[in-house]
Amino acid sequence: MAGSSGISLSTLRQHNFWDAVMRHATRTAALTVLLVLGGVIYTLVVGSLPALNQLGLGFFSSQRWNPVEENLGGLTAIYGTLITALIALVIAVPISLGIAIFITELCPRWLRRPIGIAIELLAGIPSIIYGIWGLFVFAPVFRDWFQIPVNNAVDGIPILSTVFGGQINGYGILTAGIILSIMILPYITSITRDVFETVPAVLKESAYGLGSTTWEVVRKVVLPYSGAGVIGGIMLGLGRALGETMAVTFVVGNSHRLTGSLFSPGTTISASIANEFAEAENVMHESALTLLGLTLFVITFIVLAAARLMLLRLEQRKGN
Amino acid sequence: MALDTSLYARRRVTNQIVMLLAWAAAATGLVILALILFTLFYNGVAGVSIAVFTEMTPPPGSEPGGGLLNAIYGTLVMTIMGTAIGTPVGILAGTYMAEYGLGTRLATVVRFINDILLSAPSIVIGLFVYGIMVKGSGFSGWAGGVALSLLVLPVVVRTTEDMLRLVPNGLREAASALGSPRSHVIVKVAYRAAKAGMLTGILLAVARITGETAPLLFTALNNPNWSTDMNGAMANLPVVIFKFAGSPYENWRELAWTGALIVTMAVLVLNIGARMLSAQSKANS
Repeated sequence: MAGSSGISLSTLRQHNFWDAVMRHATRTAALTVLLVLGGVIYTLVVGSLPALNQLGLGFFSSQRWNPVEENLGGLTAIYGTLITALIALVIAVPISLGIAIFITELCPRWLRRPIGIAIELLAGIPSIIYGIWGLFVFAPVFRDWFQIPVNNAVDGIPILSTVFGGQINGYGILTAGIILSIMILPYITSITRDVFETVPAVLKESAYGLGSTTWEVVRKVVLPYSGAGVIGGIMLGLGRALGETMAVTFVVGNSHRLTGSLFSPGTTISASIANEFAEAENVMHESALTLLGLTLFVITFIVLAAARLMLLRLEQRKGN
Repeated sequence: MALDTSLYARRRVTNQIVMLLAWAAAATGLVILALILFTLFYNGVAGVSIAVFTEMTPPPGSEPGGGLLNAIYGTLVMTIMGTAIGTPVGILAGTYMAEYGLGTRLATVVRFINDILLSAPSIVIGLFVYGIMVKGSGFSGWAGGVALSLLVLPVVVRTTEDMLRLVPNGLREAASALGSPRSHVIVKVAYRAAKAGMLTGILLAVARITGETAPLLFTALNNPNWSTDMNGAMANLPVVIFKFAGSPYENWRELAWTGALIVTMAVLVLNIGARMLSAQSKANS
């Protein structure tokens, strides 16, 4: 024992050593996260170079997809990804907002927690479950009760007969969009509900006190206060819809033909990769699929970054 | 003075219409989601038998029979591996951000990138692992495990950081004042206080990868036989469900439903476990 401190020099050295180990290990781990992202981008870029070199930027405007002749274009898949995600948002956003309003404003207090928990559990269900349900249960019903009647109704009407025409078998762009919307529904709902709950009760109560109806409180107090958060949540949902693979692959029909029809089979970026990558015909096919993957990554990166920035801004305001 | 009641009537009617729509939205959404769970149980339970857990996945056209044993084993092994790799790295990275790097530029950038990885398309992670591990050396259980670990990582980083930041600074200061070195303060005080929350994050991460399909399609691929060789292609539930559901064989389709039910049950149990754990920790604090 040295002096009155009651702690030996060797113990102090040991402490110093473990402090340094801890500091460096955690820092390295944090850098690993950056490394993963860097690695993802690097691998995707290197993998897509052969296709980029041979097919050039024409890849993004060509709709031909012939792996054997190495004549490949990504337009159909990119179009499919964007349109299915758009359909999913158009359906899921109003319903999610409705459910969030229901939970925060209308629902009896005792029912609030069970519904909230149910929604969150549903958000955790693997997407393959939605896919298999869409394949076996939804698609046949959708064909008989929606596609065929609508197709008959619009027969002969110029634009509508194209949009709701084509090869009708229950699978296709619209089916994929609907299944996607069901999948992102719990996701958007739980974020929207969370941001609705950040609205201070005093603000809402004062609006009610002035005689506002529930809808007026939602529209003029809750939504303006939580707008950035709601949009952030919607964009997170969009990011998921864009990159979602399994829920789409089962029902989109997997056809590389670009049609203006919502009923016809199509494909998305992730569905093409899921179906073809493991059994790619040749290097060019594999590279073209990787290029599609890179495109998807860039699109979702932008959407997710925007979403995070919006949610971040909301958090900062909450902090003030 | 006559009160103009038309305005009130209009506001009331608008309100009633919108609230009716909100009710309808809630009912529609919940009914559809309940319907999915119901059909899953209805179709999945029909196929549950001892054979599911004792027999291998059947070859094409061999009706009836067959089980999912090799797929269940593969999923278990790769899930454990993904968790074993992703969790320590995630906890360390989260520790850096909450304990050392708070407010530094590195922590801010890592947090942002981590949030992006958290919701990045899982199929892209599959392409990445394919590029670094499968190309040249073939499909393997290792590659599948690594792909899953990359999905565990961001979830654990996020929850670890969040939970550590909830630990009151007074605890750390008290420990430091008693002469504890920084590493002791973190491991023996901060970790202990944040234990339940961090465990919740790990459980949620495991739940997430249990049903993940896309990153396994071209890393672990699939294997119709019993295999414990991590260097070769490995069967797993999600990919088997994917392959079997799209097939024309009746027994394959039935196994797909049963597999889907098993995966869903596992995910629900993990999620409920995580929820109970975090409720418990809230009750304690």
